[in-house]
Amino acid sequence: MKRSTIDIWVGVFVAAGFVGLLFLALRVGNLTFSTSQTYQVQAKFANIGGLKKRAAIKSAGVVVGRVSDIHFDNESYEAIVTFNLDSQFKFPRDTSAKILTSGLLGEQYVGLEAGGDGAMLRPGDRLRLTQSAVVLENLISQFLFNKAAEGKDEAKTGKYGK
Amino acid sequence: MVEIEKLSFGYDRAEPVLHDIDLEIPAGSVVGIMGQSGCGKTTLLRLIAGWLKADAGRAQVLGEEIGRLDARRVFALRRKMGMLFQFGALFTDMTVFDNVAFQMREHTELPEELIGDLVAMKLEAVGLRGAAQLMPSALSGGMARRVALARAIALDPTLMLYDEPFTGLDPISLGVIARLIRTLNDSLDQTSIVVSHDVEECFAIVDYVYFMAAGRIVAHGTPQEMRGSKEAFVSQFVQGATDGPIPFHYPAPDYEPDLAAAPHG
Amino acid sequence: MAELFGRLGTMVTRRVWQLGYAARFFAYVLMHSGTALRRFGLTIREMYFAGVMSLVIILVSGLFVGMVLGLQGYETLQRYGSSEALGILVALSLVRELGPVVSGLLFASRAGSAITAEIGLMKATEQLAAMEMMAVDPIARVVAPRFWAGVLSMPLLAALFSAMGIFGGYLVGVQLIGVDEGAFWSQMQASVDWRQDVLNGVIKSIVFGIAVTWIAVFEGYDATPTAEGVSGATTRTVVTSSLAILALDFVLTALMFTGGNAR
Repeated sequence: MKRSTIDIWVGVFVAAGFVGLLFLALRVGNLTFSTSQTYQVQAKFANIGGLKKRAAIKSAGVVVGRVSDIHFDNESYEAIVTFNLDSQFKFPRDTSAKILTSGLLGEQYVGLEAGGDGAMLRPGDRLRLTQSAVVLENLISQFLFNKAAEGKDEAKTGKYGK
Repeated sequence: MVEIEKLSFGYDRAEPVLHDIDLEIPAGSVVGIMGQSGCGKTTLLRLIAGWLKADAGRAQVLGEEIGRLDARRVFALRRKMGMLFQFGALFTDMTVFDNVAFQMREHTELPEELIGDLVAMKLEAVGLRGAAQLMPSALSGGMARRVALARAIALDPTLMLYDEPFTGLDPISLGVIARLIRTLNDSLDQTSIVVSHDVEECFAIVDYVYFMAAGRIVAHGTPQEMRGSKEAFVSQFVQGATDGPIPFHYPAPDYEPDLAAAPHG
Repeated sequence: MAELFGRLGTMVTRRVWQLGYAARFFAYVLMHSGTALRRFGLTIREMYFAGVMSLVIILVSGLFVGMVLGLQGYETLQRYGSSEALGILVALSLVRELGPVVSGLLFASRAGSAITAEIGLMKATEQLAAMEMMAVDPIARVVAPRFWAGVLSMPLLAALFSAMGIFGGYLVGVQLIGVDEGAFWSQMQASVDWRQDVLNGVIKSIVFGIAVTWIAVFEGYDATPTAEGVSGATTRTVVTSSLAILALDFVLTALMFTGGNAR
């Protein structure tokens, strides 16, 4: 086996392997060489539910940025989420952020609803209006509690005939 | 060149394979080590080459106590040694040329043209310069061994070790190898140790011979002395007699009772 | 009874001893890899025999696995009206698990066994001993290049397997069955994270490459220098590598894919 033939074939092999990897990363996965700049803003949530880093931030259903960081604030006992927003999109200072679920049981993402304020958010600003994620257990326990409360009222009224 | 004093060795310490070996190999000579298969002669060769370390005694090779050297120094010493393995041990994925050039390419910075000339010289010495581009699988046993010999002398070693060089060869190849061992030894100023059990070929080329049995040296002398030896083992070996100190029968219970007894096996 | 425990104990101690020996061998190979990396031609040559020669089986198997995923995936998904998620199913299955694991298994049985047989035969025909006699370290010259060739080839083969598989899933799903092409690719792109999924898959294949090649060179170097010894070593390479891949896959999956948000 000639040395040069081996070298050629190994070169082809390595090149093909890298092409495969690139295909997987770009075409199959979501690697983007985002040349666009981003700016950061923050928001506090009482409960982030299943929100993960790199989750999408959408406004009107279009992706305008990604969640870059999530951590717990030990003073206010709330979650502080940092958003990386695409620089070409500017939002008013009174924009609200909600944690929504795509589909019924899908991934969670942040939905931004623009407010009416004339001034825009600057890098480092914090969004004032936030709505936490809906936690299924809380919903259920609330429902059960309401049901139990109704039943107790009836029982009280019935027993003492008020 | 090689001096061994009271050497003992066992792969398992409890069962020594070599007991109290004393031997001396003067520079420039061809010395044979002969004996039955399994008597320990290959083990002795490996001790000399630095493969194994003795349990007791001392082995002085090329002026160094080889048992005390670390791996790197053993490697350095091996550059002055050459070994011919029983079936050649050529590298099967390279041509004859590349096999002989191996040591030159690994250990020296010689340019390719010079290596080409040196390889041609070594192959010419063993008579196989025309076979340089063949693959080892295309060679006959005798030819393979000659190529291995050319490879072993590639860097002009001072000590040559031959492990059963005559095994399995046709009479012509036998003669060729034997003549090569002697000629190379004399013309390249080497010292050679030949481990073998081929009496005729060995006696024809060695200056001195040591006989081993069960891990001990039982006799030594010049081939002439050995031929006329009255020592029972030596005369049985030299004449190839079927019975003597080495019995014909492997130990077994008595014959008649064994036949009459119940079937076994 | 006592003898039974004794034998069990001996078996365990022998395995532990062998593991220690194998670990020391691994460390030795790493330490003496200088030649393999300086004279890269040696490693490239081994990459040809281990990697390039495995290409055909990897590509063909990848294609078939992807096609089967497409078929089976469609059958199940369309029952819940989610046939558009076929792209996600095929891509994630391949990139996260099947790509690294199946290509690892194929590599072990094709290239791993060949490496073991080669080194074992070189040992049996005294070629390694001859090399040592010529003051060339056989581990640096013969073993290390094969080791690095395997480690470098594995991630490339796994990537090609996954890529072929996704193409196979596309062929069956979109072209044959008629799933919407746009939905196939866009949903896939939305759900496959390059860092979480693709990169982790690559890390897995590198780990598998190290494990398989380590086992292959060790078994070859440690083989009894007879015909039965070499054949036994080759079989052991395939069996041990396969088990190692599956066990490591579990450990890595547990580490990588258990999610968790705020770290």
